[in-house]
Amino acid sequence: MTAVPPTRPPAPIRAEALEALLTERGLVNADAIDGLINRFVNDVGPMNGAKVVAKAWTDEDYKARLMADGTAAVGEFGFAGPQGEHIVVVENSASSHNVVVCTLCSCYPWPLLGLPPDWYKDPAYRSRVVREPRTVLAEMGLELDADVDVTVWDSSAENRYFILPERPAGTEELSEDDLAALVTREAMVGVAKVSSPT
Amino acid sequence: MDGIHDMGGTEGWGTVSIDPDEKVFAEDWEGRAFALGAMSGGLSGTNLDAFRHSLERLHPLAYLQDGYYGRWLACAELLLVDSGVLAEGAVDARARNLMGESAEEPADPELAKPEYERGGGGSLREIDDEPKFAVGDAIRARDMHARGHHRMPAYVRGHAGVVTAIRPAAVLPDATAHFTGEDPQHVYTVAFEAEELWGPGAEASTLHIDLFESYMETT
Repeated sequence: MTAVPPTRPPAPIRAEALEALLTERGLVNADAIDGLINRFVNDVGPMNGAKVVAKAWTDEDYKARLMADGTAAVGEFGFAGPQGEHIVVVENSASSHNVVVCTLCSCYPWPLLGLPPDWYKDPAYRSRVVREPRTVLAEMGLELDADVDVTVWDSSAENRYFILPERPAGTEELSEDDLAALVTREAMVGVAKVSSPT
Repeated sequence: MDGIHDMGGTEGWGTVSIDPDEKVFAEDWEGRAFALGAMSGGLSGTNLDAFRHSLERLHPLAYLQDGYYGRWLACAELLLVDSGVLAEGAVDARARNLMGESAEEPADPELAKPEYERGGGGSLREIDDEPKFAVGDAIRARDMHARGHHRMPAYVRGHAGVVTAIRPAAVLPDATAHFTGEDPQHVYTVAFEAEELWGPGAEASTLHIDLFESYMETT
């Protein structure tokens, strides 16, 4: 077996080294790097997807557009960019449950959900959810009845799947903003449901 | 290629749990690694598919030990060295110097960015060919064992499924990752029943996966 470089310097030092080498050659600068980090820490994340979900729950015309052409409908919010070339929205219901994975890497709808969380990138999730989805979902806190249909979506090309969760009971009076606050990242990947407000 | 990245259906990885307090980047260097990885395609004159292929080219032990952003860092370095932007060993030498050692830093090599034609930005393309398959068609995922990059997991190869949707045509990662062209193709979502993939007694479910037209054959 070819040896892995046995004494590689630690990743934080290698990152610093790579950035320094590229900066010295005028190929990157700290502002651009900081800007990209800031975008994914503060501006792009599950709050984007939650706005789409709340709108779809409260506006039937919007929901129809979202289901017909996800990319265009999320674009109405300005949500677009890398890993969002073609958005396909799949609806969860009491009888049909959908869950998304990328077994080959960790493809994820960045413009709607930001960068993927650890569990989505975990070999345990990538390997198992295609083979024993009900067991994995139960492990993650979502027990599904045997009569619920389960569909797993493996994101192996450039289509990015986004789950429209079921609207929870007891939310008829809530505003769009209050509804958005209920929607979790996990529900928009399909490993959880949205809970009723407590 | 067949490798550690192709995890679907493999066993022994343990359980899955959600950390509700997880930060986007657990440590500062992960953010730097993400940004450098995201920029590495442009800086090296390569592309997204070459980046995904570089993940597969990592040693399996490194793939697992490095974690997600450690892999991004390693892949950024790999593509930049491939393209002659940095010399092999340059990052290692600089890192050792940052750690107080006296490592000799190699001179820059000749630039060797890949030369190939792109048909536009992104991965989606308009193509004139009629789709070979229609929604409802019974198909079989080819039993491919390509030595380079492709996007068909081992667990569906050779199995029978049904086309459920025709998606926008896209560049074939097998071609773009190796800079041989784009070979844009129709892309289909195909449904496979759990027992077809995992045998009798499999957990009741349906698997939907996106396959490029050349990955599929009629049954």
